[in-house]
Amino acid sequence: MNVELSRRGFLKLAGAGAAGTTLGAMGFGEAEAATVAHVRQFKLTATTEVRNTCPYCSVACGIIIYAKGDASKGEKADILHIEGDVDHPTNRGTLCPKGAALKDFVHSATRLKYPMIRKSGSDRFERVSWDQALDRIARLMKDDRDANFLTHNEAGVPVNRWTSTGMLAASATTNETAWATFKVAKTLGIVGFDNQARV
Amino acid sequence: MTNAWTDIKNTDLVVVMGGNAAEAHPCGFKWVTEAKAHRGAKLIVVDPRYTRTASVSDLYAPIRPGTDIAFLSGVINYCMANGKVQWEYLRNFTNASFIVKDGFAYQDGLFSGYNEEKRDYDRTSWDYVIGEDGFAVTDPSLQHPRCVWNLLKEHVSVYTPEMVERICGTPKEKFLKVAELISTCSAPGKVMTSMYALGWTQHSSGSQNIRAMAMLQLILGNIGMRGGGMNALRGHSNIQGLTDLGLMSHLLTGYLNMPTEKEPDFAKYMETRQFKPLRPGQTSYWQNYRKFMVSFQKAMWGDSATAENDWNYHYLPKLDVPSYDVLRMFELMYDGKVNGYICQGFNPLLAFPNRAKLTAALSKLKFLITMDPLETETARFWENHGEYNDVDTASIETEVIQLPTTCFAEEEGSLTNSGRWLQWHWAGGTPPGEAQHDTWIMAQIFLRMRELYRKEGGAFPDPLMNLSWDYADPNEPTAEELAREINGRALTDVMDPADPTKVLVPAGKQVLNFSQLKDDGSTMCGCWIYSGCFNEQGNNMARRDNHDPDETGAYLGWTFAWPVNRRTLYNRASADLSGKPWDPTRKIIEWNGEKWTGYDVPDISPTAKPEEVGPFIMNQEGVSRLFTRGMMRDGPFPAHMEPFEAPIPNVMNPKMVGNPVSRVFVTDAEEFGTSAEFPYVGTSYRLTEHFHYWTKHNRVNAALQPEFFVEISEELAKEKGIEKGGWVRVWSKRGSVKAKAVVTKRIRPLVCDGKTVHVVGIPLHWGFTGAAKKGFGPNSLTPFVGDANIETPESKAFLVNIEPSSGPEEASA
Repeated sequence: MNVELSRRGFLKLAGAGAAGTTLGAMGFGEAEAATVAHVRQFKLTATTEVRNTCPYCSVACGIIIYAKGDASKGEKADILHIEGDVDHPTNRGTLCPKGAALKDFVHSATRLKYPMIRKSGSDRFERVSWDQALDRIARLMKDDRDANFLTHNEAGVPVNRWTSTGMLAASATTNETAWATFKVAKTLGIVGFDNQARV
Repeated sequence: MTNAWTDIKNTDLVVVMGGNAAEAHPCGFKWVTEAKAHRGAKLIVVDPRYTRTASVSDLYAPIRPGTDIAFLSGVINYCMANGKVQWEYLRNFTNASFIVKDGFAYQDGLFSGYNEEKRDYDRTSWDYVIGEDGFAVTDPSLQHPRCVWNLLKEHVSVYTPEMVERICGTPKEKFLKVAELISTCSAPGKVMTSMYALGWTQHSSGSQNIRAMAMLQLILGNIGMRGGGMNALRGHSNIQGLTDLGLMSHLLTGYLNMPTEKEPDFAKYMETRQFKPLRPGQTSYWQNYRKFMVSFQKAMWGDSATAENDWNYHYLPKLDVPSYDVLRMFELMYDGKVNGYICQGFNPLLAFPNRAKLTAALSKLKFLITMDPLETETARFWENHGEYNDVDTASIETEVIQLPTTCFAEEEGSLTNSGRWLQWHWAGGTPPGEAQHDTWIMAQIFLRMRELYRKEGGAFPDPLMNLSWDYADPNEPTAEELAREINGRALTDVMDPADPTKVLVPAGKQVLNFSQLKDDGSTMCGCWIYSGCFNEQGNNMARRDNHDPDETGAYLGWTFAWPVNRRTLYNRASADLSGKPWDPTRKIIEWNGEKWTGYDVPDISPTAKPEEVGPFIMNQEGVSRLFTRGMMRDGPFPAHMEPFEAPIPNVMNPKMVGNPVSRVFVTDAEEFGTSAEFPYVGTSYRLTEHFHYWTKHNRVNAALQPEFFVEISEELAKEKGIEKGGWVRVWSKRGSVKAKAVVTKRIRPLVCDGKTVHVVGIPLHWGFTGAAKKGFGPNSLTPFVGDANIETPESKAFLVNIEPSSGPEEASA
């Protein structure tokens, strides 16, 4: 209850839209002074709190990410802890067995860190630079588009479609990423363009 | 969802059918337990397995996978036969009274107009009688033999409790208890909610499953009500958003349609999109289509889109087939007609059916590009993992470029939840290694290709050259910049229609919402249904006021819901014809004599008089549709169709296989199994500890449910000599997997049409990357065929065989 009251108090202080602050900045009332003294030594009080949304199912539970360092200021931010957001109307601080283990996703040993290329017939990925990877992609895509883009159908109707390269868009990227992705894919004339909702 | 997660607490009865919310949507399901604990609500679960949702239900009924239409039609029949109908709602808010053309008929499992060769219907007879005044003819007394209500009554009359038991295997007594409890919600003061997920969509007749329940909810008067509605529990955090934004082969943003070859110019495209009202005085909001479309074209191509050049309409690709959906793309790939494929946060090798076909198809690509925060099986489809991925690496020529992306914790922006809330979030951590945002990657691909076209020329570069890319740093558009584009702004001063001397929106300012969009090129808007999300008031998706006056569950100050912050769709229908709430304790909005007021943004023009304007403002009729005219490919009413692989013939027509109008590719038709060879029904599902293939990269989740298993009944285990915890092989016509056997009372054999039917439950999670033990997914077994309307693969009902076996061999080449 104390935590819930504290966060609601924080809301009033910080105003809507604030991305994060630290527990110590909240200005607790007298009734909670003892609690504040008690938690001050905990390591989370020295972290940055950031509001985020669980990326798994569509309940979209509110979560709070605790990081050492403030990503919004361009600092290196190491995520130490993730928990449910008690202010969130839907989950009210609770998380399921997936959401409760989100930190393991962020720090998974199989997170990808570098662009890699697997050459034709090879049995391994090799690390390349972003420039190498992106130039190669632009080349491959342009060559295929130029070779197979259909400007008109047999009846002479302009159709401007590219069917020989397709794209599957993600299920957990933001709406803003989706819009940028949409703009690029549809502008290129890619018609084989779907997202996970098709499954 | 028509309603919100937080609204479920207002219900009297929850029906979970085609889903398993307690396990797949645990924190949303808490609102069901809330309703049970504080309102005395009841929970019904209809499912082939006794799930954890079923374990807290008041009533559980088993059902054979793929027979939901028969069950629901049985409930509709029960309600109609027993007068359990919200009559006033039905008469005024549905098309029950509309008269249907004489040519429409249904016989032997098929509707009028079937063409077996084309696997398609001629749908011209599936329509209303239109009067001389241009409006649909109705009979409000519901006496006319050709009115929708009487046709529906006849259509569902075959689905007696005995027929339901014969098709679904649900014991008649169980079915009757379910039907009786559901029917009590026809009272205006009692409300039921439907919660469903992929258990309804992943069928060749998936869209009709959902329609059947939507019709039942309309007959009971539960759409638009607090605690009611049709609530699709989306599986991923933003497939709602990606679909709303038109990342689908047949869509543009905001459910505008991709043009086809039959629409060579903009005038022709708009010709079939006039949406004239079919009843006098109705809103038919899609009449504004042109405003949304022109504003979209301006968002895409800015100044280069003009009235003179049809707003660059010819820049849009024109479809020659209904859609280049994923199944079609993998078919084309398998056929050697696709050279390149980009997978952004998507693992199709485990997500789509018939994995052997997928591997063969990917092996024919020249290049595959993956963008993901995690390793995926798709990116490593060429890597040999013994039985788990038995490929000849050296012979696979596909070049694979794997790009590392940030994950949720390292990026900013909005996600759209099932209840249509666009919730903004902020980055909390630094990405690992050289991982980059997807926006940066997409910008790089675009900028580099545009540069190549500048230098070299090439095929139709115009759309690329003119694509609006007006960002402070073109290399990486920010989330705010993109969100502002999605909302839309005035390009030149927009004048007030009520007073043409007054500027409504000055040039350069964000529009308030889509009501200010124009079709003359003076506004731009990326996605009209999202307009209002980021206007001159600021980023409404970042709002965090969690007050809830009178605890209705609406939370209007929390983030932003589309459209226009409305929380319950069709909420006009929560009040009677005169505008008074059907149930005063469940008021959402009401008519105060001058306008609509209440807890939510009214889903109707605020001053539309209640007796004159119907509540279903998107429909040309102004009312909802029990009969969908020709809008669905497989019928204006739902009708029982068997899955493509079924243990018994269709009792309505034994010759009918699957959905008679589903698209079936030739090679796939040869790969359907018969019940003689594959006697058991397979169905796929997810465990609460897992999220698809992602959580196998997390130690915690990998450890919680460590090993691939299949679930079978004690009876089947005994029959096949399978031991608890022993290895089994499960195989279909398309593939084979090995798993540990979980022998359980949670699945029981059913008797359908006199035959005992066993169900094999196959969870999905495992693959060959990540922290979890290696394993298989159900998609090694599932058939390559989709729903007739939307091409969602039939992963919930197929045929398999099973036998005791040894474990898989780990050895790799």
